[in-house]
Order: sequence, then C-alpha cells, then structure tokens
Amino acid sequence: MANKISDETIEYVGILAKLELSEQEQQDAKADMEKMLDYIDTLNELDTSDVEPMSHVFPINNVFREDVVTNGNQMEETLANAPLRGGDCFKVPKTIG
Amino acid sequence: MIFPFGYLRPRSNVRTINIGRTCIFTNANITMTERRHEDMDILSLSAVELGKKIKAGEISAMEATQATLAQIEKEEPRIHGYVTVDAQGALKQAEEIQGKIERGELTGPLAGVPAAIKDNICIKGRLTTCSSKILSNYKPTYTAEAVEHLQDAGAIILGKTNMDEFAMGSTTETSYFGPTMNPHNVGHVPGGSSGGSCAAVAARECYYSLGSDTGGSIRQPSSFCGVVGLKPTYGTVSRYGLVAYGSSLDQIGPITKNVEDCAAVLTAIASWDKKDSTSVKREDYDFMGSLKADVKGLRVGIPADYFTEGLNKEVAEAIRAAANVLKEQGAVVEEFNLSLVKYAIPAYYVIASAEASSNLERFDGVKYGYRAKDYEGLHNMYKKTRSEGFGAEVKRRIMLGSFVLSSGYYDAYYLKALRTKALIKAAFDKAFENYDIILAPAAPTTAPELGKSLGDPLKMYLSDIYTVSVNLAGLPGLSIPVGKDEKGLPIGMQLIGDHFQEKTLLRAAYTYERVTGKEAR
Amino acid sequence: MSKQYETVIGLEVHIELATKTKIFCGCSTEFGGAPNVHTCPVCTGMPGSLPVLNKQVVDHALAIGLATNCHITRVCKFDRKNYFYPDNPQNYQISQLYLPIARDGWVEIETGGVKKKVRIHEMHMEEDAGKLVHDEWDDTSLVDYNRSGVPLVEIVSEPDMRSAEEVIAYLEKLRHIVQYLGASDCKLQEGSMRADVNLSVREIGSDAFGTRTEMKNLNSFKAITHAIEGERERQIELLEEGKQVVQETRRWDDNKESSHAMRSKEDAKDYRYFPEPDLVPVMIDDEWIARVKAREPEFRTAKLARYQKEYGISQVDAEILTESRNMAELFEAATALCKKPKKVANWLMVETMRLMKEHDMEPQDLRFSPENLAGLIEMTDKGTVNSSVAKEVFEHVFLENVDPQAYVKEHGLATVNDEDALRKTLEEVIAANPQAVADYKGGKEKALGALVGQTMKAMKGKANPGRINELLREML
Repeated sequence: MANKISDETIEYVGILAKLELSEQEQQDAKADMEKMLDYIDTLNELDTSDVEPMSHVFPINNVFREDVVTNGNQMEETLANAPLRGGDCFKVPKTIG
Repeated sequence: MIFPFGYLRPRSNVRTINIGRTCIFTNANITMTERRHEDMDILSLSAVELGKKIKAGEISAMEATQATLAQIEKEEPRIHGYVTVDAQGALKQAEEIQGKIERGELTGPLAGVPAAIKDNICIKGRLTTCSSKILSNYKPTYTAEAVEHLQDAGAIILGKTNMDEFAMGSTTETSYFGPTMNPHNVGHVPGGSSGGSCAAVAARECYYSLGSDTGGSIRQPSSFCGVVGLKPTYGTVSRYGLVAYGSSLDQIGPITKNVEDCAAVLTAIASWDKKDSTSVKREDYDFMGSLKADVKGLRVGIPADYFTEGLNKEVAEAIRAAANVLKEQGAVVEEFNLSLVKYAIPAYYVIASAEASSNLERFDGVKYGYRAKDYEGLHNMYKKTRSEGFGAEVKRRIMLGSFVLSSGYYDAYYLKALRTKALIKAAFDKAFENYDIILAPAAPTTAPELGKSLGDPLKMYLSDIYTVSVNLAGLPGLSIPVGKDEKGLPIGMQLIGDHFQEKTLLRAAYTYERVTGKEAR
Repeated sequence: MSKQYETVIGLEVHIELATKTKIFCGCSTEFGGAPNVHTCPVCTGMPGSLPVLNKQVVDHALAIGLATNCHITRVCKFDRKNYFYPDNPQNYQISQLYLPIARDGWVEIETGGVKKKVRIHEMHMEEDAGKLVHDEWDDTSLVDYNRSGVPLVEIVSEPDMRSAEEVIAYLEKLRHIVQYLGASDCKLQEGSMRADVNLSVREIGSDAFGTRTEMKNLNSFKAITHAIEGERERQIELLEEGKQVVQETRRWDDNKESSHAMRSKEDAKDYRYFPEPDLVPVMIDDEWIARVKAREPEFRTAKLARYQKEYGISQVDAEILTESRNMAELFEAATALCKKPKKVANWLMVETMRLMKEHDMEPQDLRFSPENLAGLIEMTDKGTVNSSVAKEVFEHVFLENVDPQAYVKEHGLATVNDEDALRKTLEEVIAANPQAVADYKGGKEKALGALVGQTMKAMKGKANPGRINELLREML
C-alpha cells in the first residue's frame, strides 16, 4: 500500500512545525515521508486490538513536589541567552491578540 | 572529504572564532611537546587506574590533563571528536582538584580523571550546541544533574563532544560542525549519535565520556569505535539537563575503555533526582560490586531472528565466538525467538519523531539560540529561524513526527506504535523468564564509510535494528568490543538485561574481558 | 414577524489556583514584581529542563471536582497541547485532554426564583502562559514569563445556559465554591478567573445546535453580559439575512461594545495532543478523596438556608454575610460566643464593611478574632461602653485585633455609670446653662439635646446618653 502525500499535506505539516521548505525540499520531504509511512504501515500486520497503548515503561505514579518556593530571582539567568531583549523582557515581532 | 582544521592555534588567551565547521579551542595555551613515553603510558591507563595513581601521588591530575590535552591537539585534525575544548579551564580544574585530593577532600575513584561530555548535555556557562546551528551560541545557565555528580566526584571536564544534530542520526555526519572520523580508520564514520564521545575515548582524547542513547546512540558508536558503552535502565540516570530528543527513550550513559571504568562512571552518575519525574529510585547502586569474572550458570539467550541476511558475516561470527567464550566459562548459551523484531524500527521512529517534533518546538529564536536575521512578522520569524537553524535530518524527523501526531493520524500511527511498544516489552519480559541476559550484535555491520549513509535515510534507520527495541522496553544495554573485521574496524557485542540488571551485564562483560584480555586502551 | 430564537451558551472557565508555587517548578506565583523575576529553566522552556507536579494543585483540583459533583478520574494523566506562541515557552502547553481529573459534574443555579442544573462536561489541570505586552511604536511585543507555569484549573460546561443572567449565576456559583475551598480568589478583573463564552443561536423548539463562536477577553460581568447580548444579535442578524455563522474565535472589546474575529491562517488549530512523557500518571485512591472531602467546608448555599432558619437572619443579610467564607465563619464564631446573631450581623455588615472599604481590604484580609468582636458586643450590652465609644474601640479591634476589655481599661473609656457622679455633673451643667433649661421648660425639646451634649462633653463622652436624658427629665 503506497502512501501518497499531497502538496497540501506537506504545506500543512510545515505550518504545524513552523518550517519553510523550498520547492525542492518539499518534493524531497514528500518522497521521504511516503517511504517512511510505507515502512511504518508494516505495523498494521500486528493485531493490537487487545493491547493498551503504553506510554510509560514503568508503573511509577504520583511523583510530586511540595508547594514550597525554592527558586529565587533568576531574571538575569533567564534573559542571559535572549536573542533580542527589551528591558527585562524578550522582544519578539508583534503578536496579534 | 576534506576536513579543514584551519583555525588559529591559540598562542594567547584570546578566544578563537568558530569559522564554520571547525573545532573551537578556547583559551588554550598548549604548545606541542614531543611525545614522551611517559605521556603514552599515562594515556594508556584506564580511568580507574589513573584515579588510583593520582590518589597514590604517582601522577598528578595536572600531568594527566596536560597529556590528554596534548593528545587532543594531536588527534583532532584527524578525528574531530570535539565541538569545544576548554584547555585553560581544564588545567584550572586540575589544579583545584589536585589540591582537594591531597587534602583528602576528594577520595572517589574518578577524582582527577579527565573526561568529555556529549554536547547535548548542559554545562553551566559553557557552549552546549547539540551540534546544531540553532544552538551554536547557547550557554546554559545550569548544569545537568549527571555532570554535577561527575564534578562532585572530581572529574576534569575537558570539553564537549561532537554528535549528530540533536542526537538524530547514526553516523555523526549530521553535525553542523562537520563529521567525526573513526579513529580506527578515518575514512569511516564513528557511528552516532554519540560519535564524538566514542571516538574521543578510542583516540585517548579523554579517559571516559558521557553519551546519550535514544535508539542505540551509545551502543552502536561504541561498537564501531571499539569501546565500552552502556545505556542504563530508563530512569537510572537523571535526564535533567539532557536536551530532550525522545523523552520516553533517552538515557545518559558512560563510554569507557573497559568494564571496570564503566561500572565506576555509572556509580558516579546514577541517582534518584527529584527534578526528573521519570527518575527511578534504585535499591542498589553498588555497580562496582558486580566486577567478578564469573558466569557459571548464567543463562544467555541469543535471538535467532537477529541473525538474518542483513547481518554482516564477520560480525555474526565475532558475536558467536564471543558467546562461546562465555559458554566456556560456564554460561548456558541458547538460541531463541525474540519475535516482533521487524516492528521495532517503525514503532521507534514514530514514537521518537513524535516526541522530538514536540521537544524541538521550543527552538524558535525567542528565548535563546539562533534567530534569523531577516523576517517579517512573528510566524515568519519562527519559520525562517527554524528552517535556517535545523539541518535536513532534524527537519525530516520533525515533519514525520508532526504528521503522525496530527489530527486524523494519531490513532493509526502514534497509538499503534505505543501498542506495538507494549508488545515488544512483553516479548522481552517473556524472554527474561528464561534468560538472564540476551546476547546480540550492536549493529548489523561495522562502521560504514563516510558519506555513504545519508543518501538513503530509511536504510540508515534500518541499521538500528538491534538497539531500538531496548530503548522501547526501557532495558539496560551494554556494548563491548569483541573483535575487528578484515579492515580493522571494531565489532561490538551487545548484552541486554532485564530492568535494573546492569550488574548482571557488567559481570558478564567483565568476565569476557578478563578471559580475552580485550580492552580499549 | 421574525422567528424566535433561543441562545445556547457554554462556558470555559479558567481558574488560577492560589498555590505558593507554580505547577511544575518551585518558582513563586506572587503577583506583581519585575518581569521575569519569578522564572527558572523549567517555566521558561530551557533545553534539558523537566516538569515536576505540585501536589497542592492536585489537591485543589480534586476539591473543586468533588464540590461540583464530578466523577473523579482515578488515573489521570497529562498531555501536551502543541502550538507556537511566544507566551508559551516550550511552544507546547502541558494540559489534560484524554484523562482529565474530573468529569460529568453539575452546579445548581437560581435565576428569577427558578432553579436549574448546569452540567460540567470536564475539568482539568493545566499551566498558564506568560504575558505579552505590545509596543505600538516599533511593532514588537515583549514577553514576561512570570505567569508562565502558574497552575490553572479549566472547567468546561455543557451548553446548558440560555441567557446572560444564567451565565452570571453560574459564574457566581463557581466563584463561591472555589473561594470557599480556598482554591483561588476568583477575581475576574485580576484574571484569577477567566471566562470564555461559547455561544450559538437556534430557533425555539429546535433540537439541533447552531454553529457556535467563542468569545474571549471578557474581564467583568458587565462585559460578559454585553458580549452575550451583542453576539446573539449578530448571529441572529446573519441568519435572518440567509448567511451562515462562521465558527471562529472573537475578541470582545468592551469599550467599543463589539467583537471582531481573531482570524489567523497561520494557526492550523491542530494541537497534536499526546501523553506528556516527562510526567507520570496521577493515581487518586479512596483515601485521598476522603481526605479532601473531609476538608470541605459548609458551602454558601447551605449557610444561606441555615442562617435564615437558625438565626432568623434575612435572606438579603445572609447573602452579604456569606459572600466570603472568612466573614461567614467570623459571624458564626462570634455568634457562638455571645449568642446575639443579629448584633454580630450588624457589626459585620455596617462597621466592618465600612472599614474594609476605607482601608481597601478584602474579606480574606480581616484580622480580628471572633472573641474580640463578641467581647465588644457583650460590653455594649452591659453598658460598659456606649455606642459611640464602642465604634471607636471597634476600629482598633478591626485594625489591630485589640482585646476590647483591655483597651477600654487602658484608655479609661468605660462609661461612667456612677449615678451620684452623674447627678453631680448634671447639676453643674444645669447650673451652667440656664438659657437651655429655660427653653426646655418652655417647651423646646431640642434644648434637652444641648444639655445632653454638654453633659457628655463634661463627662468626656463616657456616659450613657440615654441615662443622661432620663435623669435630666427627672431633674427638670
């Protein structure tokens, strides 16, 4: 079963992932994804109807912290690597709403 | 492939500029001395041996550090294992640590021993790039838990090692800073993604290093470079400070010259960390206690379904020979059917790409790292920054990951992969009812030539066939060198254990090592 | 004649929990402060950072779920909601989609004397985003992550409401429940409670749901009411013109009293939810539920009924007294001590509220004890202090929680009840004010007041004016 990825799909995925691909890159991405998805389709050979999806390997539960302040003023550290700074804030192009 | 090592050999304390894809030396003031026999001897010691000699006052931490830095200078043009080396910083550390050792403040086995850290593990104030353009200027404001433990143990951190960009790759060729070469044959890759870490140990550019393993990224390059590499049970080493790739699969682990060193480093870095919700509190951290040459009665299972046509003949022979060594020492060796082998890779790539696509969303030019120069508006800034900042393989996995999580496909791909993961874990659980360890190759071949792998991503992914399932099941896996192929390229054997059974793996590996005398020195 | 339409409304309410620290890190949630002061690698999405769940958040969420009759999800998990926006440092928000902590609950509201159940679809925990401040001059925005990671509980209702009135009643009900639990102070104006309104219209009698729009930026009950009325009109107008209502998010501007669509093609609205791998599941057992349930206070509705029945307090007065749990408990405790509910109620509703307003205080800021209030009331009843002295003393009780007995003694404020001394002073006053005496005897009642005033002055206010009045009449 060959997967066919449309141009719209690649564009859509690019919007989701915030990636801008050139024409060539889009074509390559289509080809790559189609191949990968064909390969991933082999999973359909497995009958997993009785199997619960397992996200965590170990049955660890209830890992908590207490509601106690442990962090002090870290403003300088937080801003230390800022590509663009505005006062004590990060500066970005205008957001809407 | 020409690798320009044309950077300034620093003669002053001025920091050199990174010209594109070269190694960065900071404040180095080393002049190349003639290679002395003593240097060679120092470099051939294992980490634990060096630690003992330093403690005994036979060698100083400074001498060891100087010898290693000289070796780095010598080997880097050939190997390119490092992204950054902080020579002056290392010498300063050595002086401080020597003082502490002499005053009896540092008594552990690794005190004074120089090490290297993979560049996706954060060190406060030091460039941590993940070998990516998008973090090429990033200096974390905190240090990873595992590195803090090493620093507490008196390690001397020489520098950060090269890797596949964001740990995505099997050859270290996707690094923004250029590939690392296999010290055994520089026309070949060292493996990946911890290629720099493994090459550095193999080339004696450090006594041990830390790597990370999400789908085999410690075990496979260890096998290619002929060193010992361990991926601990998931949750054993804190992930706090490890730049996340596949969060449910990632583990930091030691890469060393021999098994004793591996146990020592693991002891130092394994801990229960409250800052990591997935951290497991182990009952037993005494890994050094496993170092006995005794495998009598050890039940060893070899998955017959691993030995297919894809497996290189020389590798297969070396693995079987290694299994025989254990058998001769009293282990019970048997073949069995692991099953589900071919489903591990698709399941792994769906899960790892999905998690990665989400983990890498934070790289957006807002808070740290690279930001594009020209953009119009917010979303354009995001797109340009990420498109310019990420390499091709990273983009490929982000695209795949975003797709398999997207509306309409989540059930068919992501949930399906999670169900497959459950089945794979169950298959291992069943195997460990009958066997104490599973013995397998770490990779289907020895190290491929440079430049031959990236052209066919799917083929490259398939070479992870023996390692990914171990990450999916959260199990510990250890790779030790068992031989070389005709070209002189190392072959590694992988030992896989049940959860929390690192000691069993270490014992079996130690036994093999003692009997055959095979160590990377 | 145009058709009759009914408005169908559902609400998504976000409540900022009153914990000391953020949901996944040990940064303070303290309001105010310079930008980015309360931040760390975790709540700013630095590479390699990991979340750890604040237990208090689960306690609060559980309490709210139980108090709203929800079914508790015994094993609940967190999921990542992926979308790019600068106030979201990881560009994903940790929330709960697949297994939220509580589901299928309800609250009862009353409008126009009619009671109604509004059902709750689900309730979950999530983290708040940072704040964006727009700089008009250079077309940029500034990001402050102080608020990033503050814990939220989101409550999603079923579309059971039919009017702005019902919506306000629902919000008031939620607010009282959550405030009484101490989980949040729920202030719309301050953003500790935020409501997004989902609204659609349909012809009366129809079962089908119309297309709904979502409205945001509703910062007061007034704005909510206007927005609902405005949107209802807008949608009806579209339908009457034969056009379709577009499913979209609209931002309400209360100054302009209109909304506009927040359209963005850049956002695919595909959040790609998947289980958060960095957090482990939360398992809630019977014991935990019992512990939380045991801490549940008597809620407002119950108090309203009880005050009227037990203490004979009017509905209106009871509503004022139970507006906050703090005041209600103060009332109950003081009443238990002096057994004079109406007097306690009076002190709380008049003097206390006056002083609260004067000092810009909230009910939770009240610091005086029920013992001291009850003590003061006893003293007033016994006549130890007169009413104006009592008010003066109360101000000190209110501000400094002084023991009224000690205070009165220390400052010598006790009413002089010594009849002899009083008579003597009265004789002096009478002698000193012949004109007033004459006026009074001549029929002017008011003149007596002047004499009372003079006496009070002479006694430095420490007399009982009523008694003075009586004695004067007697003596003249």
